[in-house]
Amino acid sequence: MTYVKPSFRHPEAPINDLGRTRQDYEGGLSTLCAGCGHDSISAAIIDACFELNIEPHKVAKLSGIGCSSKTPAYFLSGSHSFNSVHGRMPSVATGANLANRDLIYIGISGDGDTASIGLGQFAHVVRRNLNMTYIVENNGCYGLTKGQDSATMDTGSPNKKGDINMYSPIDLARLAIEIGATFVGRSFSGDKQQLIPLIKAAISHRGFALLDVVSPCVTFNNHSESTKSYEYVRGANSGMPVDFVPMRQEITATYDSGATCEVCMHDGSVVRLYKQDNDYDIEDRQSALEATSHYAREGKILTGLLYIQRDSEELHDVLGTARRPLNSMTEQQLCPGSRFLDSINAGLR
Amino acid sequence: MKATNTNNPEYFHKVVDCQYACPAHTPVPEYIRLIAAGRYTDAYMVNWESNVFPGILGRTCDRPCEPVCRRGRVEEEAVAICRLKRVAADNKDEVSHLLPKAPLEGNGKRVALIGAGPASLTVARDLAPLGYQLDLYDDQPLGGGFMRSQIPVFRLPPEVLDEEVNFILDMGIKQHFQTYVSSLKSILQQGYDAVFVGTGAPRGSDLDIPGREACEKSIHVGIDWLASVAFEHTAKIGKRVLVLGGGNTAMDCCRTARRLGGDDVKVVVRSEFARMKASPWEIEDAVAEDIPIINNHVPKEFVHEDGVLKGMRFTVVNVVYDADGKRELVPTGEEVFFEADEVIIAIGQDNAFPWIERDLGIEFGKWDMPVVDKTTFQSSLKKVFFGGDAAFGPENIITAVAHGHQAAISIDLFLKEGRVDQRPAPGVTLVSQKMGVHEWSYDSEVSTDDRYPVPHVSKEKALKDRKVEVELGFDPSVAYQEAERCLNCDVQTVFTTSKCIECDGCVDICPTDCINFIDNNDEPALRESLRRPARNQDQDLYVSTALPQTQRVMVKDENVCLHCGLCAERCPTGAWDMQRFFYSVTKAGSPCKQSSPLMTSS
Repeated sequence: MTYVKPSFRHPEAPINDLGRTRQDYEGGLSTLCAGCGHDSISAAIIDACFELNIEPHKVAKLSGIGCSSKTPAYFLSGSHSFNSVHGRMPSVATGANLANRDLIYIGISGDGDTASIGLGQFAHVVRRNLNMTYIVENNGCYGLTKGQDSATMDTGSPNKKGDINMYSPIDLARLAIEIGATFVGRSFSGDKQQLIPLIKAAISHRGFALLDVVSPCVTFNNHSESTKSYEYVRGANSGMPVDFVPMRQEITATYDSGATCEVCMHDGSVVRLYKQDNDYDIEDRQSALEATSHYAREGKILTGLLYIQRDSEELHDVLGTARRPLNSMTEQQLCPGSRFLDSINAGLR
Repeated sequence: MKATNTNNPEYFHKVVDCQYACPAHTPVPEYIRLIAAGRYTDAYMVNWESNVFPGILGRTCDRPCEPVCRRGRVEEEAVAICRLKRVAADNKDEVSHLLPKAPLEGNGKRVALIGAGPASLTVARDLAPLGYQLDLYDDQPLGGGFMRSQIPVFRLPPEVLDEEVNFILDMGIKQHFQTYVSSLKSILQQGYDAVFVGTGAPRGSDLDIPGREACEKSIHVGIDWLASVAFEHTAKIGKRVLVLGGGNTAMDCCRTARRLGGDDVKVVVRSEFARMKASPWEIEDAVAEDIPIINNHVPKEFVHEDGVLKGMRFTVVNVVYDADGKRELVPTGEEVFFEADEVIIAIGQDNAFPWIERDLGIEFGKWDMPVVDKTTFQSSLKKVFFGGDAAFGPENIITAVAHGHQAAISIDLFLKEGRVDQRPAPGVTLVSQKMGVHEWSYDSEVSTDDRYPVPHVSKEKALKDRKVEVELGFDPSVAYQEAERCLNCDVQTVFTTSKCIECDGCVDICPTDCINFIDNNDEPALRESLRRPARNQDQDLYVSTALPQTQRVMVKDENVCLHCGLCAERCPTGAWDMQRFFYSVTKAGSPCKQSSPLMTSS
């Protein structure tokens, strides 16, 4: 057995503002299949957190069940982590977030965990606008149970055995836009140049941020007929390049073509999007739905930042909760005593 | 950038930094793996094939391999390659049955070898098995040349030297020892088909400053004095000794002087410490024996009273470099006097060919050196070849060995085909090391141990007896741990473009961020645009052809690749594979298509 990642790193590896190296953001060695797209997404999360100068202990990773949900073990080993029940990650995330609003919440889920067993939970966490980044590692199949079609598999796309999928797929990005998500992006595990800035923007977004990331399953869904294979997605991908410019940094363009739009995030950082066409307004729900369905009809996959609503009210705002996390309060504040209970009860009579 | 042509054996050869830097191109990682496996005899034979003197070099080599060791770029220190070689030599079993023998019937050709040092002995080792009659001439009573006369016995025990010299002499070499060749003409008149000159650089430089002649008997020339100690003509020295010079000979002189009665031994060097020619480890060993190194002191005069040496006066200088980097020693005005009973001058050595008549057709050029072809080692008199220090000036043992191998090829070609310009190609094999899931036939796990120091005998014991070897060598368990530090750079990362699906698995797993999939560009732009810019220009970029899906290229910076195999481990399609690259310099008489048993043992 020689499957151990050496601890040596590139001697000139960069150091971020916290004095940390990228190695400080790594996790355990992945046990997923070689070539799995999920590992690229883990690497992109590592890069995003390293570049955003986030303290690993200020992050909470949450997941459900599935190949995707195993991946929090493979990045940010210095962060809090909760591997929850199948499809129930949103509930755990909601509870954790209400208890401690100071952490950065990154939820990792898959197409099974989100679009099948967890669809109910997913819909409600979206409409509650919980302040978190929710990444769906979407491969169109149940990789952990031998590759059965999932709810995001395209109609007519055959599985590895050759059986054609008869059902229509759930487009998680469109669904999220429809039911009130305030940040929706789509990307591809094989395009880190777009994925890393998108993750940074999602983390910087105040409110619920969904990233639907096509992430090919090398073992069960990377065959030539699949619409979730590396080759197919590369061909169908209509990528809108994304730049993420952190606050206090000069804005310089990495891409030079297409129509650009700049979105200033609440923390002062800027997301710059290079759109496919000028008519597309990413701050307009209807425009985003039209654009995504237009590309889907053309057999294309539109990726990039699809929709954003700035200055929305997240769950804490709606509920009017305390500004500080519960763990920073005293017992007196958390349990003010029977006198307060009595007055609450009196108000209900 | 154009795609890398890995069919050119020199590409992967260069990735094996140690082997590439070794003048004889010894397959270092190969024998280190054998040492780790406890196969000392096999490790010894891999060495012997290539460098002829593993036991000697395992103690005395200049180690051009170690400064370039990839380990030194990844962490602090290189693998202790040289000392591992010694482990193979010290722990080997009987090897005489594995050595080539001279055929019962010769091929009728006679070759004279002048000088019995490493260069001539290497020529003998390569030509004897081919049936040549070899006459070896040397003025010393025993073979080994400078390895015997210049290297003190506390660094190289005579048994080790004798064993490896005798392996060669026992191949039926005709020995003419204690025979000083005073005329090349007379050798040529004996009808030899070819002559190899491996007479080294036998003349020590002298110092012509006031007092030199008056104190003649208290002043010695380093290499002559070491020889006189080696052959036991000199057994003691005065209490206060000054050694002049900053090279390895100076280090050997001062340490020998400490053992012959020198209590107060100083090394005085003209230049600054950082520019000293001696190997760092030899300086360390001298300092450990209480020998101060005094730098920036230029000898001014020998001070004596009626021919009795009292000491030496030095001018203290500052070392100044001008804009072109040229060094100048600027006197500070200060002068220093050191007391001394005896002085040893070890400030360099030169070639000397008083015995070669200048009308034989051998052209002499700059500095009265023979004009010798750098590849074939042939002189302008076609049947006379030069090698070792005699060819291009003082180098070291391993360089002499490399010269010897090439000169032997030339002599063999010259006597069989009449021309020497068509050199044989190296022997190369490239074999996958994959044995199964997560299983490689080499130990791919990277050890994070620091370099293990070699144990020494106590200073008291060492200084009491000149013949006590100072270094003790690694014991087998430490040798194993040190061997595990080797990164197996000869197990190459081989990329097959057509199999790649661009999943980025290798990019994500690579611990040192060597692998990139990017748009092609010219080399300088490509080097800068990698994830970790490739600024070590000595290390190549491995560039693929355009990839099937995106037309990008795979670019791997070879610089700090750990050869851990994780890229191949993570590759779902086998586009990456770890393949053992074995490169051997072809020797005289063996056409490259014929492979040695060691090469096919994978």
